[in-house]
Amino acid sequence: MAETIKLEVTRYAPERHQAPTSQSFEVPYRKDWVVLDALNYIKDNLDGSLSYRWSCRMGICGSCGMMVNGEPKLTCATFLSKYAPGPVRVEPLRYFPVVRDLIIEMTDFMAKLRSVKPWIIREEEKPLSEGEYLQTPEQLDTYKQFSMCINCMLCYAACPVYGLDPLFSGPAAIALAQRYNLDSRDQGAEERMGILSQHAGIWGCTFVGECTRVCPKHVDPAGAIQQYKLTAAKEWFKSLLMPWGAK
Amino acid sequence: MDISSHDVLIIGGGGAGLRAAIAVAEVNPRLNVAVISKVYPMRSHTVSAEGGAAAVIKTGDTLDDHAYDTISGGDWLCDQDAVEAFVQEAPEELLRLEHWGCPWSRDPDGHIAVRAFGGMKKERTWFAADKTGFHMLHTLFQTTLKYTAIARYDEWFVTKLLVDDNRVQGVVAIEIMSGKIQAITAKAVILCTGGCGRVFPFTTNANIKNGDGMALAYGAGAPLKDMEFVQYHPTGLPFTGILITEAARAEGGYMLNKDGYRYLQDYNLGTPQPKPVLRSMELGPRDRLCQAFVKEMEKGRTIKGPYGDVVHLDVRHLGEKLINTKLPFVRELCLKYQNIDPVKELIPVRPVVHYMMGGVSTNIHGATPLAGLYAAGEVACVSINGANRLGSNSLPELLVFGARAGRAAAEFASTQKESNGIILSQALDETKRVEAQFLEKTGGRERIATLREEMQKAMENGAGIYRTHSSLAEAAAKLRELQERFPSITLDDRSRTFNTELTAAVELGFMLDVGEAIVQSALHRTESRGAHQRTDYPKRDDEKFLAHTLIYRNADGSTHGDYLPVTITRWPPGERVYGQPAQAAQAKGG
Repeated sequence: MAETIKLEVTRYAPERHQAPTSQSFEVPYRKDWVVLDALNYIKDNLDGSLSYRWSCRMGICGSCGMMVNGEPKLTCATFLSKYAPGPVRVEPLRYFPVVRDLIIEMTDFMAKLRSVKPWIIREEEKPLSEGEYLQTPEQLDTYKQFSMCINCMLCYAACPVYGLDPLFSGPAAIALAQRYNLDSRDQGAEERMGILSQHAGIWGCTFVGECTRVCPKHVDPAGAIQQYKLTAAKEWFKSLLMPWGAK
Repeated sequence: MDISSHDVLIIGGGGAGLRAAIAVAEVNPRLNVAVISKVYPMRSHTVSAEGGAAAVIKTGDTLDDHAYDTISGGDWLCDQDAVEAFVQEAPEELLRLEHWGCPWSRDPDGHIAVRAFGGMKKERTWFAADKTGFHMLHTLFQTTLKYTAIARYDEWFVTKLLVDDNRVQGVVAIEIMSGKIQAITAKAVILCTGGCGRVFPFTTNANIKNGDGMALAYGAGAPLKDMEFVQYHPTGLPFTGILITEAARAEGGYMLNKDGYRYLQDYNLGTPQPKPVLRSMELGPRDRLCQAFVKEMEKGRTIKGPYGDVVHLDVRHLGEKLINTKLPFVRELCLKYQNIDPVKELIPVRPVVHYMMGGVSTNIHGATPLAGLYAAGEVACVSINGANRLGSNSLPELLVFGARAGRAAAEFASTQKESNGIILSQALDETKRVEAQFLEKTGGRERIATLREEMQKAMENGAGIYRTHSSLAEAAAKLRELQERFPSITLDDRSRTFNTELTAAVELGFMLDVGEAIVQSALHRTESRGAHQRTDYPKRDDEKFLAHTLIYRNADGSTHGDYLPVTITRWPPGERVYGQPAQAAQAKGG
């Protein structure tokens, strides 16, 4: 009597499988269930060994990104009803090594994040006793959208350049570098430019814009990358015209 | 067995843990500090905090005002020396975060903007739109990346504290990715693991909030304090339990019953005004608003919904522009998860378990009675929150007491020698226990999810917004039964690689311990105060209970309790007054 929907879920355990396989589960179909609710139903009732990351269930912790019918999605914010009558294909995020079932390895991103120096860089730090750095709402707006990145990795799973060249810093890391570059309190843009323009990846980005399209938080990493390319090109051009280091 | 060693080991990578780590690194850069967390730090539950962080910064506001609001909000169970330190240090901590890049919302002239919040008589809540916790956590995490002295164990799960010679000397932890179990020794350990909302069925808390740190401390012999004080938040979305921030009311939202009537006026919270009035009506404290909901439900004036009764939060009159600038996440959450647009529609809400006032007992420096063990943030009970925390005090608490615990632990670690060999044999025993009890376990017939659901139901029925001796006794009996059934769990997962069934099993054990501490503490407090409402003892009883509850786990598994007097400095216990009388008193006092 109760309606059900079929989920086709990637299974992989390195001790047991040579390569990932797919397993089907029938779960209750409920209008107010998201894909993550269906996975939790499987884990609680059908197969406790199904492995995936999740935490906040409100689209802010960034843990539960997976491929749903081939699209990178936060599974806590993706309703089953969108895919009715099914089946719903749930796979680990594309372009990352798979650790287990729906869990990807993201240490690469963690290293890249650190490499772009995502913190305030200043020549001189103002003492706390002198209060806050003034920043008008307009100044805040110039970087605010880049600060909304939840590190969910959907943009990497959507990025054809990252798929071809794992050395590419990638959309989220570049967006976060730009978040600090555009912050009126920061003076580290040049330092970060040096790091980012070293690598060819940034030039490989053909402005497909997939990263921006899949971002659940409306960050525009593609825009950040374009801004970077423009600044880097200007710097390079200036260095040709003025080889004695004029800035 | 692999072993690694640190001077200071911090368990938990949320706001308190990261602030503590930076404090250690800054106090003594030669100290070797590490943060171990079962999730990547930026996944920590601090990320979900929405409304803001209170600290006195504007002219016209005073530290004494913030202290008084906190103490009266906590129904005089706060330690006033701790509150005084807290309100004093909160502004510099929030400023420090500003210097580290936190995108605080601003006034047009570029200064920090503040908003009103429940139970606060001045506007003093700093905010980053309505994603304050998210921005604080990411700012803190990204700032820690510049400190090369801070090592991290991401996605490692701690199963036990190692104690010898009455001193905590490290932990045993599982590297979740590989399944490797190992000892990590440390001269000082700081618990920053957050709360335990998942002990209840309907909570704003993330899946990772299982009271791990509370259970670890309790199991190691440290006392838990004031565990009976569980905060319900009045505005959770039904089914998901997603929080609709108090900022929605601070910006002017109304609470309406089924007749569209602002029912809070019937509960001694003031008379309705079109604009928000501080410490009045919708800006009353959370405990009183949740209690009003239950009374309203008993009168049949709430709205029946598929997931229980609801009332309505109405923000339509605030207009699309204000909602988009001040409450964008509220709109996003309603649209995405409830399929309603708060610009045009009423938001259905009901009380939802949100925060634990109680926790591991610490002093004002974050030190527990067990040498070498510190705690900060929601896992700890200092106590600045008393019987009811005020909204927007938990985020500055993370910073103030994270930093304090970090400094105290660094100082302690500098005077200690390396851990001894006895610890390693203990660690080996723990490894064998985890393997035998979970990884190599065969048979069993109880599903983890079944036990967890039964526990959550027992907690809600027995230790919810209103409690009685019999409801609590029933919950206590049920928890004992679940403890007995726990060894018969069945496990499907035999893999060592990212075995999340293993961590769920250990977490269930932790939650059963924490549930027991909540219920036992609530049974013994035969009065009503703040969030602990006993219908069989409806009055506050300062003669017997102006005291903190302490609960200990004995070596044989039984428990015993004790009381600790509340520190009163300048604010003798008084009546909690909200609404018009509060306005009158304020006007009289100038």
